[in-house]
Amino acid sequence: MSGKKSDFVKFERVDKSYDGKELVVKGLDLDIAEGEFLTLLGPSGSGKTTTLMMLAGFETPTNGEIYFDGNPINNIPPHKRGIGMVFQNYALFPHLSVFENLAFPLKVRKIDKAEIEERINKTLKMVSLTGFENRMPAQLSGGQQQRVAVARALVFDPKLVLMDEPLGALDKNLRESMQYELKHIHETLGVTVVYVTHDQGEALTMSNRIAVFNDGKVQQLSGPNELYETPVNSFVASFIGENNTFTGTVKELASGIAKVETNTGEIIIASPIAVSSAGEKSRISLRPERVNINPTEQIENRFEAEIKEIIYHGDHTRVRVNLLGNDDFILKVPNASSNSKLNLGDRVNLGWSSQDCRALDY
Amino acid sequence: MSAEIRTSDGELLSVKLRKVERRRRTTAFLLAAPLLFFIVFAYVIPIFQMLGRSVDNVQMNEFLGNTHDVMQEWDGTEMPGEDVTSTFFYELKGLVEEKNHGKIATRLNYEKGGFTSLIKKTARKLKDFDENGNFLDQFIDVHKKWGDIEYWLALKRGTDAYHFRKYLTTFDYEQKFDGSIERIPEKKRINVTLWLRTIFVAAGVTFCCFLLAYPISHLLSVLPTRYSNLLMICVLLPFWTSLLVRTSSWMVLLQKQGVLNDTLVSLGIVADEGRLELMYNMTGTFIAMTQILLPFMVLPLYSVMKTIPPSLMRAATSMGATPFLAFRKIYFPLTYAGISAGSILVFVLSIGYYITPALVGGAKGTLISNRIAYHMQQSLDWSLATAMAAVLLVAVLIVYWLYNKIVGIDNMRLG
Repeated sequence: MSGKKSDFVKFERVDKSYDGKELVVKGLDLDIAEGEFLTLLGPSGSGKTTTLMMLAGFETPTNGEIYFDGNPINNIPPHKRGIGMVFQNYALFPHLSVFENLAFPLKVRKIDKAEIEERINKTLKMVSLTGFENRMPAQLSGGQQQRVAVARALVFDPKLVLMDEPLGALDKNLRESMQYELKHIHETLGVTVVYVTHDQGEALTMSNRIAVFNDGKVQQLSGPNELYETPVNSFVASFIGENNTFTGTVKELASGIAKVETNTGEIIIASPIAVSSAGEKSRISLRPERVNINPTEQIENRFEAEIKEIIYHGDHTRVRVNLLGNDDFILKVPNASSNSKLNLGDRVNLGWSSQDCRALDY
Repeated sequence: MSAEIRTSDGELLSVKLRKVERRRRTTAFLLAAPLLFFIVFAYVIPIFQMLGRSVDNVQMNEFLGNTHDVMQEWDGTEMPGEDVTSTFFYELKGLVEEKNHGKIATRLNYEKGGFTSLIKKTARKLKDFDENGNFLDQFIDVHKKWGDIEYWLALKRGTDAYHFRKYLTTFDYEQKFDGSIERIPEKKRINVTLWLRTIFVAAGVTFCCFLLAYPISHLLSVLPTRYSNLLMICVLLPFWTSLLVRTSSWMVLLQKQGVLNDTLVSLGIVADEGRLELMYNMTGTFIAMTQILLPFMVLPLYSVMKTIPPSLMRAATSMGATPFLAFRKIYFPLTYAGISAGSILVFVLSIGYYITPALVGGAKGTLISNRIAYHMQQSLDWSLATAMAAVLLVAVLIVYWLYNKIVGIDNMRLG
């Protein structure tokens, strides 16, 4: 990664308000490295799209400065920023053919005809749409339109490409294959991508790093596996993946171990992440697949639960149990032959380690 | 041959389908039938009846049928013979007894000026004619104009059951009695000027409407609904006011002593003796018509602009196009359908506009429709009026045809 800037894009204390009463983005500090695939993930209204629009130049920050490749860009209009963009609804020009759509950014740059043709052919090949040059956007399927939109954002070799929920309108299968395709394109070209989505699966699959947005702030910025395995607060824990929670009070806090008393009076041993002293309220987070049924080895937390519901999912079975007063405790059980003996109403022993069980903010 | 497919009940599928579809079609037709009948009886038939008048001269042909028949033998190089004059005498006598000679006098006067007095004087003297004498001489004795061969030629031509000479008049041409077609003397030419002015005004008003409506429509399409609704009401307000009232208010505003001039004078922009002539000329027609027809441009434009996602412009600018270039290459081409629909509406409406030019147009701002009205109400030359109306109709149809060729009528969006 030598020579690549770690602050290729830099948000410095950026605030954004639309109505002068509420901040949509609050004091955003964010560095995006060159060549990185960074995803802004969050529920709608969390400020992620506003952040993207500020970077693209369609919204102006109310406060703070955005730097692109070392230069402040607050006062540079969008058309001079040289940032490629893929829009949610593709935004293909309906009156122009695929070729003309792709030629648009090149013609604007007054590139000569032969090179335009060459670049378009190369780009169309990359998104496997060779032969579609003369089609109109309306004659393409959703997935093909999406590819054209991506090709159009890449054809003028921008250093930075922004994508605003580009796969939102596609059906599930297509969305998954497009995710891989986008990932491969990113790997091949080495272009910096900032990607906005509210779909956590999409974010986990594609990104180098993910910035989880909520309430106008970045809650956690880290790689996909860290985000899933080690969420730093309960919002991130609940937003990314499935999550079982208990609420309780910290009784004891020592040497990487927090003893939390649940509302039912039991003590759960957890890793203290966002708690700092005894007596604090805490929410404990535990991933469904990290719970062992009838654990044989020695394990820190071990409780008895009653099976309330069994839902067959093909490759795995979801089991809802009542555990420590939580009626919505979910277990994910792989469909191995050893796990087929679960029956409704059975009482089972459940166990998990303190490493997988994180004491977060309340 | 494909195998016969039958429904589950054993009926032939094609037969059954037709049966079911027929019921649906019949219902649809019955729902539309009242309107259809109304249009046919109150609109299509009267229009064709009126248009028929532009070539119809059957009544004259009936009044003077025998004269007309006898005159077919006459070649018109010399004065007509006694067969013609005697037939004409007896037929005219019959018409005078039935008091119908006034009608033919008016009609014949269109063919050649002076016929009205000629027929009236002749009618009074008919009883003095000696039926055994030379009729031509006696006619000339009554009035010397009968000695002019052109009056007899006019009589021959004026009793044809059908003719197309009104269409020549519409374009300031006339057919001489020798059959040649020439332009009428320059002093009398008025129709061509009016046609050109009508097209000029219609095109100009269309263009003004376009210039004014484009930004408004764009604003309407991007504003949040609560503001755009208010603005829309302002745009549509003229629709809810009587045309006459609106035109009269323009008169109040535009007069020499009107609100606008008073304001300009009191602000010192215009000297009191130099008040602007805003009415009774082309300016007045332009201003008033543009305002009145503006909604017809705004609505189709708005409906098209509403469907253009804002992300298209953003996409274009993100690719490096300046806002102006993005507008010219992306936004503007996407509004063609609205522009053409609005333009054709405004153009077609203004080409036949009547009240406004009549009230604020004065002599220099009247249009062909005012001329048609003049012939309907004042000169009573209905044939000429309907000939002009027919030309106007054809012009409108040509515009529609061109529109369909260039844009396609299916692309028309009217709001």
